[in-house]
This record gives sequence, C-alpha cells and structure tokens, in this order.
Amino acid sequence: MDIIVCVKHVPDTTEAEVRIRPDKKDIEKVDLPFVINEWDEYAAEEAILLKEKYGGTVIAITVGPPEAEATLRRVLAKGADMAIRVWDDALEGSDGYVIAKVLANTIKAKGLKYDLILTGAQAADDGYALVGPMLAEMLGIPHATLVKREEVLDGRVKVHRELEGGLEEVVELTLPALLTIQTGINEPRYVSIMGIRKARKKPLEVLGLPDIGMSPDEVGPAGSWLEVEEVYVPPAERVAEILPGGPSEEAAKLIEILKSRGLI
Amino acid sequence: MMAGEIFVLAEHRMSELRDVTFEMLTKGHELAGQLSTQLTAVLLGKDVGGMARELAKWAHKVIYVEGDALKDFNADVYQAVLAELIRERKPALVMIGHTSYGVDVAPSLAVQLGVPIATDCIDLCFEDGQLCVVRQLYGGKVNARARLKKADTYIVTVRQAAFQPGEYGPLNGQVERVECPVKEPPAERKFVEIITPPPGEVDITAADIIVAVGRGIRDKENLPMIEELAKLLGGVVACSRPIVDKGWLPKDRQVGSSGKTVKPKLYLAIGISGAFQHVVGMKDSELIIAINKDPKAPIFRFSDYGIVDDLFKVVPELIKQLEEIKGEA
Repeated sequence: MDIIVCVKHVPDTTEAEVRIRPDKKDIEKVDLPFVINEWDEYAAEEAILLKEKYGGTVIAITVGPPEAEATLRRVLAKGADMAIRVWDDALEGSDGYVIAKVLANTIKAKGLKYDLILTGAQAADDGYALVGPMLAEMLGIPHATLVKREEVLDGRVKVHRELEGGLEEVVELTLPALLTIQTGINEPRYVSIMGIRKARKKPLEVLGLPDIGMSPDEVGPAGSWLEVEEVYVPPAERVAEILPGGPSEEAAKLIEILKSRGLI
Repeated sequence: MMAGEIFVLAEHRMSELRDVTFEMLTKGHELAGQLSTQLTAVLLGKDVGGMARELAKWAHKVIYVEGDALKDFNADVYQAVLAELIRERKPALVMIGHTSYGVDVAPSLAVQLGVPIATDCIDLCFEDGQLCVVRQLYGGKVNARARLKKADTYIVTVRQAAFQPGEYGPLNGQVERVECPVKEPPAERKFVEIITPPPGEVDITAADIIVAVGRGIRDKENLPMIEELAKLLGGVVACSRPIVDKGWLPKDRQVGSSGKTVKPKLYLAIGISGAFQHVVGMKDSELIIAINKDPKAPIFRFSDYGIVDDLFKVVPELIKQLEEIKGEA
C-alpha cells in the first residue's frame, strides 16, 4: 500500500493572542510557534498505521518555505519514507485551488505511485477544507472527506464519514482514492527530538515551480480564485462583562451572578 | 445583461430539509433582489416532490431532480447532476451548505467546471458583479473579507447558522421536475449506510446547567476537578471536540456541529477557545460564562460574562467557595 500524505506547516494560534498586521492582509506570525496542522498530524499517523499494517511506502509532501521542513521531518520521524517540499516565493498568497494544483502537478511530475492519498480535513489557519477534494478531482480519483475510520478491502476502501449530530455515513471507494482525515481518528504517536534527528538521514527533496512544470503567473494571487483583502476582529454576538480581580474575587462574583439568577 | 439566477442546493437528510437550506434561501433571496434575478432552489433525491413543494414557498423556482441514483446521498452523483445543471443554466451563484455533504461535493465540482469557489462563508455580497465573501481564519480569531476572481458563475459553501432563516413570501415558485441524467451511482463510489449513534448515559441536551471543558484542561487527570464543580452546581459535564478526540470523554458529551446542540440555563465554558464548530452548538444558551486566560479567545464574543484568568486557579476557588455555601446551608 503506497500512500502520499499532504501536510501543512501552520502557525499555532490556539493559545496565542493574535495581532493583525499593519497592512491588514493577515495576522502577525513572527512571534508564533509553527506546528504541523492538527488535522494533518492525524492524517500522517493514519498513513503510518496503514503502512505498518499493509507494508508499502509513505511519502509526505508540503508546499511551503524552508521552515516547513520541520513539519516534514516530524512526519519522517513518525515513519514516512521520504518527503518533498515544493516552494517558490511566488506561491506566497496562494489560495487552496493553487495549492491543490501544485500538489497535483508535483505528484504527476515525479510520477509518484499511490493507492491512497491522505490529507487533513482542513487547515487550522485558513480553514478552507477544499485542497483534498480538489486534488482528487485534478488527479481523476474518487475522494471522501471528514473520514474518521477506514478499512482497506480488495481494491477498495470502506470509509466512515462524520456527519453532523454524531451520525456517520459509510461509503466505499475504489482505489486509488483520496481521503481527508478528521481529528480523533487515531492517537498520534509521540515524536522525540531524537527521533527527528534520526530522520535527518531520510531523503527530503526540494522542488521549485519549473520542476513541476508551473510558472509564477499560475500561482500566488495571480493564479488564485480568492484573494484576502482585509482581516479584522469579528464583532461580538454578546458583549462579555469581564469580572475583575484575582481568582478568589472572580469566583465570588461568578457565584453572586448565579445566585442572582436563581441558579444556585 | 441580466445576471444569472441564484442557485441554492437544498440539503436534506432522512427525508427532512436541513436548517442550512432555509438559511441559504433567505440570504439567496436578498442577493437575488440586489441582482434583480431569481432565486432557484435545486433539490436532488428520490421521491422528493413533497420537499419540492415546501421549497416553492421560499424560492421563485424549484428544480428537483429525481432518480434511483439519488436515493441516498452520493457526492459523485450530486457532482455530475449539478455540473450539468450549472453548465446549462449558468447561474451567477451556487450556494451549498458548508456541511459534511457540502464539503464532499463543492470543491471538486468547482474544479470540474473551472468555477471560482470560496468555502465556509459567513457573509456574501456582489460588488460590480464580483463576489465578495467574509470567512473566518485561525479558528475564528479573525474574520477575512475576500474577493473572488471575476467570473460568470461562482460557487460558495455557506457556514451553518451564519444566516437567520427570515420571513418573506410565500413566493409560490414554479416547480419543475427533471429526470436524473445519471442512471446509477458510479463504480468508484458506493453508498453503504448511515449509522446513528447509540444513546449515551447522560443526555446533555436535557440539562439546565452545563459545565463544559475544552483543550485548556491540558490533561485527563484534571477532569475530576470539572466533574466536582459540575456536581456542586447541579449540572453535567460536556466538552468541546479535542476532549472527545483524545478519548477523555465520550462522544455524547460533545457540544458543537458534529456533536450536540444545547440551550441550558447556564453554560459555563472552561478552557474552551470558542471555535465556530463548538459555538454553533451552545450560543443560544440563556446565560454563558467563559473562563479562559486568552482575553481575545473567540468564546468571549459569545459570552455574557468572562473571567480572564488561569482556570487552574479559578476552578479550585469556585469549588472552595461553593462548598462553603453548602456548608452554611
């Protein structure tokens, strides 16, 4: 079972206080730690689990600047066999459509063989949730999104997709197929610094646009369907009154509010 | 030249139209008015004439495509049918829910047709015939206004609950039935079944007081503290997605789009950042109080009261003071 897993290196904003850049096109990222996109971490783990079960290879691909190699090294340390990073400064400001095209052209240009392609269901930063299914369409293979369980059968894969309200849809696809992976599908393994260091011996290939037969005017804002004009702090639905003081005073105020509403 | 019509893909599951359908129709109605064009509901399925008549109240036209291949939802069949309809009728905009069904169809449909797409939109408008959208980045920490490349047709997926279903009409739209051009689902994708979850021990949707916990709790070891607090308040413990993903609480405790929708008298959110997927399941609670150390956490934009502090200091303090009150009583 040969598997390609597409991963993204993203800023970790879960616990960070974000600031908007002066040009208002994005947030300031200089002070933020970068990590593997949470959904991709599950996708990478799922790829390795499948490889451990069925044999074969796992190739990790990312579209990103040199820093993004940290995420590839992490996937190599988990057990991937090789990694490819594609980048050109012209790719800055690309939307999901362009990224899907770059991935499709990379897979075609390198003649990569695959039975399955896994991606995260969405990225934590832009949240498009479209690169996976677009890539499948460009490669002419079936796809299923939001996968939380899969079972490889003879030439097919049976997947459980997450629906709203705790329901699941079960579908069967023929291989090769692309699955976008939902969080919680597995328990991503711990990767030690030692493991990452060891993975340095594994091949990591860097490609530019000419290597995949693309030109700068096909990527970035020029090639994108969607261009961000301005980011801003969303308006509040309710205006939270922030309770003052330290923990003891805050707790006392909260209890007072609950009492006044007859909740205690 | 008059703009093409506005298509809204009616989403239904288990013979019921889903809320997002009416939310999109309401926004679509507004946009159709601005563009002086018509609003068309597009419905795909088998034996869906009843639903088509229901939709006719909400749209100027209903096109319903029926056939055996549409008996169950199948993203490939949906894509093929929609591609043909869009090529033929050249709508200005196709609205599809940003739902489990919608995200399985819309992106590949856009690629097949070469039509610009924006996903998970919370607002839409046309400026000089060009589509502008608002969507959220970084888990809801910021909004982004974005513009799509000029085109005759656009596809968007629309976030659930982004629009209120409004009151207008009834429009008594004309209903047109079309035979599904796809005779049977393709070999590449076969629908197997829909699985409904088994009922859980605790029904969080029935609780008046919910103490909900999120990623901020850091470790499973810290959950008993939350359970103790919930017990003192006479409530139940619920959680956001990461807690279920880690296996710390069962799926039936999850609040949000892929879990339960709750409307308790009190929703106390502890260590929850407030990503949309969670918020959509609790934002209509009567009283919402959030404890989070990030003052810019999105959860505060949905809360009546907030405590910006370390939950590991505030929660023990709450437990202590509540125990004191109990001791007095």
